[in-house]
Amino acid sequence: MKILVTAKRVEDPESKIKVDAAGKGIVKDGLKYKINPFDEIAVEEALRLAAKHPGDVVAVSIGGKEVHEQLRHALAMGATKAVWVNHEGPLDQMGVARLLQKIVEKEKPDLVILGKQSIDDDQNQVGQYLAEWLGWGQATFASKADSLDSENEKNKVPGVIVGDGAKTVDVIREVDGGLNRLRLTLPAVVTTDLRLNQPRYASLPGIMKAKSKPLEEQTAQGLGVDVAPKITVTKLSMPPARKAGIKVPDVATLVTKLKTEAKVV
Amino acid sequence: MDFRLSDDERALQDTARKFAREVMRPKAAHCDEQSLFPREIIQQSHELGLLNMTIPQELGGVGLSHLAQCIVAEELSWGCAGMATSMIANDLALLPIHIAGTKEQKERFVRPFTEKFKLCSFGLTEPGAGSDVAGMQTVARRDGDHYVINGQKQWITNGEFADQYTLFCTTDRTKRHKGIMAIVIEGRPKGFSTGKHENKMGQRASNTVTLTLEDVRVPVANRLGEEGDGFRIAMETLDNSRPLTAMFAVGVARAAMEHAIDYAKQRVQFGKPIAELQAVQFMIADMAKDIHAARLLSWQSAQLLDDGAKNTLVSSYAKCFAADMAMRVTTDAVQVFGGYGYSKEYPVEKLMRDAKLIQIYEGTSQVQRVVMARELLKG
Repeated sequence: MKILVTAKRVEDPESKIKVDAAGKGIVKDGLKYKINPFDEIAVEEALRLAAKHPGDVVAVSIGGKEVHEQLRHALAMGATKAVWVNHEGPLDQMGVARLLQKIVEKEKPDLVILGKQSIDDDQNQVGQYLAEWLGWGQATFASKADSLDSENEKNKVPGVIVGDGAKTVDVIREVDGGLNRLRLTLPAVVTTDLRLNQPRYASLPGIMKAKSKPLEEQTAQGLGVDVAPKITVTKLSMPPARKAGIKVPDVATLVTKLKTEAKVV
Repeated sequence: MDFRLSDDERALQDTARKFAREVMRPKAAHCDEQSLFPREIIQQSHELGLLNMTIPQELGGVGLSHLAQCIVAEELSWGCAGMATSMIANDLALLPIHIAGTKEQKERFVRPFTEKFKLCSFGLTEPGAGSDVAGMQTVARRDGDHYVINGQKQWITNGEFADQYTLFCTTDRTKRHKGIMAIVIEGRPKGFSTGKHENKMGQRASNTVTLTLEDVRVPVANRLGEEGDGFRIAMETLDNSRPLTAMFAVGVARAAMEHAIDYAKQRVQFGKPIAELQAVQFMIADMAKDIHAARLLSWQSAQLLDDGAKNTLVSSYAKCFAADMAMRVTTDAVQVFGGYGYSKEYPVEKLMRDAKLIQIYEGTSQVQRVVMARELLKG
């Protein structure tokens, strides 16, 4: 079974993000980058599935040469091949989905797994567009019935379940008050939520092996995709700074304030 | 020398850092307090290739450069110096086999470590022979195809749990350096026993015991090199391991500095965070500059090994400077914390205790100066 996953380069969630002077982007100096955490979960899920249903796991990333770092990370985790869509400049979610669509048409995977969103723009749209344009079924926010502390998780049991003969895939989604289980006919698109799995570490042997794995280059032009954005960011602003709290002299004052000011009791 | 890390080096650093942060550090205080050897953590480090990182590719290892090993060592020690010492003990014990073993010996004594989680120990020091290695009393007497070994080894890291030992002993005490040989002991042969786990000041997560050998028979085929090669093998091993030990000091010191910075920013005295006091600022500035200097010195001593050059002098600079630096930095970190720093409720006193050992093991800071002086004054 062949699986295609995404490996977007995003700002490290632990870095301090500042809006730039023009208010349309962020200050990139000194920022660290990593693979989008939801994509890392997608890579992990694909590797678990590939361990049960052998086949290639292809990781795709779009961007300048710097995205090799994220592709190599996916390869070090165990992906078998990387596809780099060499592209500089802004892209909106439709541009990304169009590029991925072309890569999917070339690679012909049985399953595409991507993060439900990337933690930079938080759009949560690419998987949906991609499934729509491919005409494939989709299951978003794939999660797991077991907790991430369970034995199944320790034994790296996949949360996404591929049916006999690899004709279908079952996906569990967390919904209000319970779990929702969907069965999709393959090929299909699945997007991952946080509680699907705990991604493995890239092992040292994995990192060294990643160097000799294939990394194929594509371009928007070569793929025949018009990626001119239909959406532009007009303004970014920081959330308002939190106001300092106050100290109350005693419990009585606290209770009064909770009643009269906060109105919570 | 290029001071920028390559993509691979950064990837290795990321994995080691993540492992240190998520696996080692959460257990560090507990293992220190209880003096517990965290076998499952060491085993997990094996699965990730963080154990035995000096094993070359031809023997099934990862084949890291010395510089890459340094980068990983800093992170592991940042996580917990005691655990890191237990992890690197395997490399210390396998290095003599790389240096002096035959191809057959490497296959037999090194390759299995890449295939399965196993521990091994390096046995050089004795109760009466610390810095004076040549004063060792453990004697090997030849008896046909075997040596019969008698003696005692002291401060043996992982000794209680090791599956294999690289032991140094003498065939003739009167020959001093020239009588020493290195030999590999597999498992627990008859007459071989380990003492109780030492109740140490710091690095308490690493297991440290004595080894006692009473008429232990070891095949001559397990000898590394010839009789009399042992001292050279031990010294060459330490040339290889000094950059890593120096990086342990860097890791401990960096951890201490990070704690000191965080604390200084939130601890309010005289109506403002103590980070705004110049006395504290200067301590932190000194920490950062000395850590940086030690790191570069260690990297350079590793780079020399990668270039196939002799690094005895520079690796002694690195080990000595870094160990003394870590002692200073961790002591200052406790100072920044004040009374809280002296309490076990806060993490810095452990780091100060951990740092002390780095000035002692694998050649004390004084022995490093002896080595430097010998290199500088010879000829």
